[in-house]
Amino acid sequence: MTINRRDFLKVSAAGAAAAGIGSLAGCAGGGSGGSGNVVVIGGGYGGATVAKYVRMWSDGGINVTLIERNTNFVSCPMSNLVVGGERKLEEITVSYDGLRKHGVRVIQGEVTAVDADKRSVKLANGDTIAYDRLVVSPGIDFMWESVPGLTPELANTKILHAWKAGPQTVALRKQLEDMKDGGVYAIAIPKAPYRCPPGPYERACLVANYLKAKKPKSKVLILDANDDVVSKKGLFMAAWKDLYSGMIEYRPKHEISSLDANSMTLKFEFADAVKADVLNVVPGHRAGDIAKQAGLITANNRWCGIDWRTMESTARPGIHVIGDATLSAPLMPKSGHMTTQHAKIAAAAIVSLMSGEQVADPMSIANTCYSYVDGKQAVHVASVHTYDAKEKTFKTVAGSGGVSAARNEIEGKYAWAWAKNVWADALL
Amino acid sequence: MKRTSVVVALALLGLAGGAFANEANYGRNMAAACGSCHGTNGKSVGGMEALAGYPKDKLVKAVQDFRSGAKPATVMHQLAKGYTDAQIEAIATYYAAQK
Ligand code: HEC
Repeated sequence: MTINRRDFLKVSAAGAAAAGIGSLAGCAGGGSGGSGNVVVIGGGYGGATVAKYVRMWSDGGINVTLIERNTNFVSCPMSNLVVGGERKLEEITVSYDGLRKHGVRVIQGEVTAVDADKRSVKLANGDTIAYDRLVVSPGIDFMWESVPGLTPELANTKILHAWKAGPQTVALRKQLEDMKDGGVYAIAIPKAPYRCPPGPYERACLVANYLKAKKPKSKVLILDANDDVVSKKGLFMAAWKDLYSGMIEYRPKHEISSLDANSMTLKFEFADAVKADVLNVVPGHRAGDIAKQAGLITANNRWCGIDWRTMESTARPGIHVIGDATLSAPLMPKSGHMTTQHAKIAAAAIVSLMSGEQVADPMSIANTCYSYVDGKQAVHVASVHTYDAKEKTFKTVAGSGGVSAARNEIEGKYAWAWAKNVWADALL
Repeated sequence: MKRTSVVVALALLGLAGGAFANEANYGRNMAAACGSCHGTNGKSVGGMEALAGYPKDKLVKAVQDFRSGAKPATVMHQLAKGYTDAQIEAIATYYAAQK
């Protein structure tokens, strides 16, 4: 039997003695009820998780509509395995049918505008959908101006980023398959913060893993705008040296000044130009376009400020922002895993708010990012973040977290198990 | 019936209307952070240990052993050190009650 808050009031009025006093150990209750309409924009890690958890924790009391432009969920984490030829795109793709089974209304469409005053969103097809609370989980869009010479058109055809999983992932794979033995693959990394800090280094490993087997005369150049390897430095450096010596070359402090797509050349502020056969340029990021349109961007024209207790926008009441689009708390990575944690904070807060309950301080949250260094071995970085009520932000817990002792095959298995479980947690 | 008795118990303890649901949800919310790896409500889909129905004392002990290094781990020793005993107690209580 499930009982909601209204029932509880009746029960307590009817007399506690009749019901008996149970032990507190049983307090693993489901939802606390709530009602109203929640609309979620974006069906990535964040949007899918918040949609499911609002349904679950409200015992189905709150209506949830999820609007997503793609037919299926395609995971960014693990997509480097597709780039490297270890997995197929279908293996990192999940249908939204699982969310439908939770009673989420999933609409394939594009939100063109948010009207925060009227509390409604407008779709490209002309439909308007009203909400009581809105969750914006837009991920990132690119600052094209950060790479002079690069345009969205070029980025869709020749100079790929493959930093959003899907057609770009497959297209980059194809470019690598078409590259001649002895060719040069170069990945250009933007200045932090960007989504998935270890991602570019993992990609370099998995591309090299493929080239080593199939086109051993080729080279992998890592052109990093940052001063040093941003994540899991020791573990990646060891992999480059031990597994891909003579193939992978790491070049820090490579901030792009211009791109010439015709000659496939990148020029840099303070370093020699680089010509490559496959140029994989990841431009700088900011919060996704819809966050900009909705007036949610509050920091450096890039990120959305939020109240960490609820994930509610500091700019627009009634709108929660989660995931990579947020102005990150100190030492908080922009990752798929972290985004699911944001989603759970938001879900708990939304259910409380929509059932007229006080919002509790958010739970502690954790992040783990696995990276493959070849087809079988992986490494991780983990952290635990706890809410500091005084400073109103999340901080890492001293003494917790860390990285793998060394690359290993056990974590190669755990990495895939993580993916299967986090996808199920978000979407099934 | 479980929840009925809980809310009644809490009501008798004199907790204010708005607050009790949050107290009851504390373990649930804390445990949800583990769910990204161990599955929704601890129901793993494979490759990670399921925590649903995991005996409370055993979970508390496992986390202590991860912290001390007595139980070998790839990642749990690092995560375990991010939680207080009280927090683990709440998480363990929640998972033990999941079917
Ligand atoms: C990044 C994924 C991840 C997260 C998040 C995570 N775990 Fe684990 N857990 C693991 C892995 C992997 C193992 C196996 C031990 C190891 O290699 O670290 C494990 C093992 C365990 C075990 C031992 C199971 C057994 O019977 O051997 C317990 C208990 C446990 N975790 C509890 C928790 C709790 C509680 C949380 C949340 C505070 C949590 N885990 C969060 C990945 C995770």
